[in-house]
Amino acid sequence: MNHDSRDPSPTGTPSHSGNPHLAHHFETPRQQYEAAKIGMWLFLATEILFFSGLFCAYAVYRANHPEIFIWGHQFLDVTMGALNTVILLISSFTMAWAVRAAQQGRTRTLVALLIVTILCAFGFLGIKFVEYHHKWEAGLLWARAYHPNHEHRPGTETPPVAPPVTGAATGADSSVASIADTANRTSLPAVAPGPSGMAALVVANAHHAPVDEPRNAQIFFSVYFAMTGLHGLHVIVGIFLLAWLALRARRGEFGPGYFTPVDMVGLYWHLVDVIWIYLFPLLYLIH
Amino acid sequence: MDTQARDLDEERPVVENALGGVNYLNATHGWRSWAFTLDHKRIGVMYLVSILSAFLFGGILALLIRTELLTPTRTIMAAKTYNQMFTLHGAVMIFLFIIPGIPAALGNFILPLMLGAKDVAFPRLNLASYYLWVIGAIFSIVAILTGSVDTGWTFYTPYSTSTDGAIIAVVAGAFILGFSSIFTGLNFIVTLHKLRPPGMTWFRMPLFLWALYGTALVQVLATPVLGITLLLLIVERALGLGIFDPSLGGDPVLFQHFFWFYSHPAVYIMILPAMGVISELVVVFSRKHIFGYKLIAYSSIAIALLGFLVWGHHMFTSGQSNLVSMIFSFLTFFIAIPSAIKVFNWVATMYKGEIWLTTPMWYTLSFFLLFGIGGLTGLFLGALAVDVHLHDTYFVVAHFHYVMFGGTVIAFLGGLHYWWPKISGRMFNDSWGKVGAAMIFVGFNVTFMSQFIMGSLGMPRRYYNYPVQFTPFHQISTVGAYLMGIGFVVTAVNLAYSLKHGRLAPANPWGGATLEWRTSSPPPVENFTETPEAGDPYDLSNLKYDESLGGYVRRDAEARG
Repeated sequence: MNHDSRDPSPTGTPSHSGNPHLAHHFETPRQQYEAAKIGMWLFLATEILFFSGLFCAYAVYRANHPEIFIWGHQFLDVTMGALNTVILLISSFTMAWAVRAAQQGRTRTLVALLIVTILCAFGFLGIKFVEYHHKWEAGLLWARAYHPNHEHRPGTETPPVAPPVTGAATGADSSVASIADTANRTSLPAVAPGPSGMAALVVANAHHAPVDEPRNAQIFFSVYFAMTGLHGLHVIVGIFLLAWLALRARRGEFGPGYFTPVDMVGLYWHLVDVIWIYLFPLLYLIH
Repeated sequence: MDTQARDLDEERPVVENALGGVNYLNATHGWRSWAFTLDHKRIGVMYLVSILSAFLFGGILALLIRTELLTPTRTIMAAKTYNQMFTLHGAVMIFLFIIPGIPAALGNFILPLMLGAKDVAFPRLNLASYYLWVIGAIFSIVAILTGSVDTGWTFYTPYSTSTDGAIIAVVAGAFILGFSSIFTGLNFIVTLHKLRPPGMTWFRMPLFLWALYGTALVQVLATPVLGITLLLLIVERALGLGIFDPSLGGDPVLFQHFFWFYSHPAVYIMILPAMGVISELVVVFSRKHIFGYKLIAYSSIAIALLGFLVWGHHMFTSGQSNLVSMIFSFLTFFIAIPSAIKVFNWVATMYKGEIWLTTPMWYTLSFFLLFGIGGLTGLFLGALAVDVHLHDTYFVVAHFHYVMFGGTVIAFLGGLHYWWPKISGRMFNDSWGKVGAAMIFVGFNVTFMSQFIMGSLGMPRRYYNYPVQFTPFHQISTVGAYLMGIGFVVTAVNLAYSLKHGRLAPANPWGGATLEWRTSSPPPVENFTETPEAGDPYDLSNLKYDESLGGYVRRDAEARG
């Protein structure tokens, strides 16, 4: 038997002809749906491992140079970070609700919820843009671009040479300002306010924070931009996926018999949210 | 040759050889029917052609390298060119040939057939995997050819972050290839979970599928870490992220940790499918049930998982702490155990079997010896005190060629010959196949055994010039390489010739009990006219040889009435 030259697979067997969404190599829609679920979870696992490299870099640098992170985080605005966290949590809620609406065949609700999710995503990106913009203005960028324009004084005493930290391969001087040094300070230089003047609050906890910028402070911002940047890219991809879903939903493609794409994008979106749930405390809530 | 069922005592497919009729190769025509195909068999064939082309390219590079090394000083190229040659050889062979290798070229074709299934779980993702391979290949090769990339395939920092050259382009190519690998692995895992036929529990699956499952786990879990490593390398070069550059506060050894966290499990992506092929071949060509099925199955998973724990054995001399080195060394010794379990079980399978010395069996026997040598020399390298002397010498080069080539490539060739009748519908000339196998075997040993010796005498790897006392070793090695090359030509010509002139293959020329042999050679588009019932994949007692057919049929008295 000859087939259409574009479609070498056979025409549908009787059990397939009723359901346009059932692929020829699956026996039942349920089998196909379960396969999609496993596939999506595996993909999420790859995403987690993808981000794990950055979390690992964070762990290594923070373990070896805690003062860099204690110094750097004061320039992050916890309020904005918290707001972003709430926004993403709300968006996960609307996304989960959207999956439910798809299952129930409530198309208008589904489309509305997808749109709200997209708006939340834009809100998230908007706040991140504001934060990034402040960093840009302050020159607080990743290593090679780090040119802070806040006033900082170099230490008044030569920091002790610390023993080489694990993993440092070069013979470069690995001494850093140690936290103990700050106990000797009696006055604090003015720290330029962060995006919301957060740094002023840190001054009150000065006995915990180094007052002078530690060596290689730029590493904090390298880690910050790498992690939030990669996360932001995933949010942007998510927006495209959600928009695609919204268009398909408007065309009435989803219902109780077929809602797999909504479910799958929902899983993706929840992962994007979960990653931020980890990023927020690790970057913003350092003590 | 169409044969109808002639004997009620025998059960055979209605059509033995489908070249005269409709099969997956001729069912549709035109380049679009291949370019946009969703048929796993066609995708497998496209992969096969592509990766063999990559192997040819990588092989030519190897011959160029070996030619340069005929003399201790400049022979045919400048030093910087030489560095680009070995970078290109490594990158092409690893990322374009051996990692996709058996899963993409043989697995894609055979896995659904072994399951009695119509396709993999996600056919469109399968096609996407192939196109990602093509795009990654174009990226990488163009970048390396035009961009003087000479970092070695390992891209160590700080050289890779500071040198000129099209590093970003080639690393981006490798990044894209990583997705190809991830999607193939993801597809196979879901297929094995959801598309097994009734009656085929996990422990009734052929061992090739267990091997592909273990491989797929590694592909899915390890490759993303390579992805982030390469992405960070790109951002480091483009923006000065500073994570690996000491002058910006970063740590170059961190790159090595990230890189080897993927690249060590990657070698298990390379060897596990090869071991799966061997499990199939040793059964069929010993005419005997596999010995130790469960142990072999579990050992595939054990290797896949343990492989994640030993990456530091590539970094014994990198400055990491002694404690860490000792832990990695201990774990490295550990991982030899499941590999050895497999070898013992295969040999036990052969014991008291009826050995059938065909070309695939010659490759199987070669595998035992060559992989055995390669694996054992890995233990030398895993021993800390010894590794200090052998690290970055030709001993390492010989070790990994023995396992990757002597292991994976040999098994790949064995599998290619074994499944050739199923894929092409033709039998190859077995005598010439053996000639090729013998030349490859001899040439390979001549090439790389001398490298073990010169490595232990101190010859460093990746060196363009070398002390004059190493010249005889290099020259012997180069002669071996050329002999191997000729062996490959013989093999390739033999297979190519069979496409036009080979005997038409029956459905089951070798007498295998796995399900791919229950359909015609080559298979129809939908794989099976009737979904076969799964039994014990290694119970050969139901098969008998039919002289007139030149192949095996199932004897099944219950078929009558």
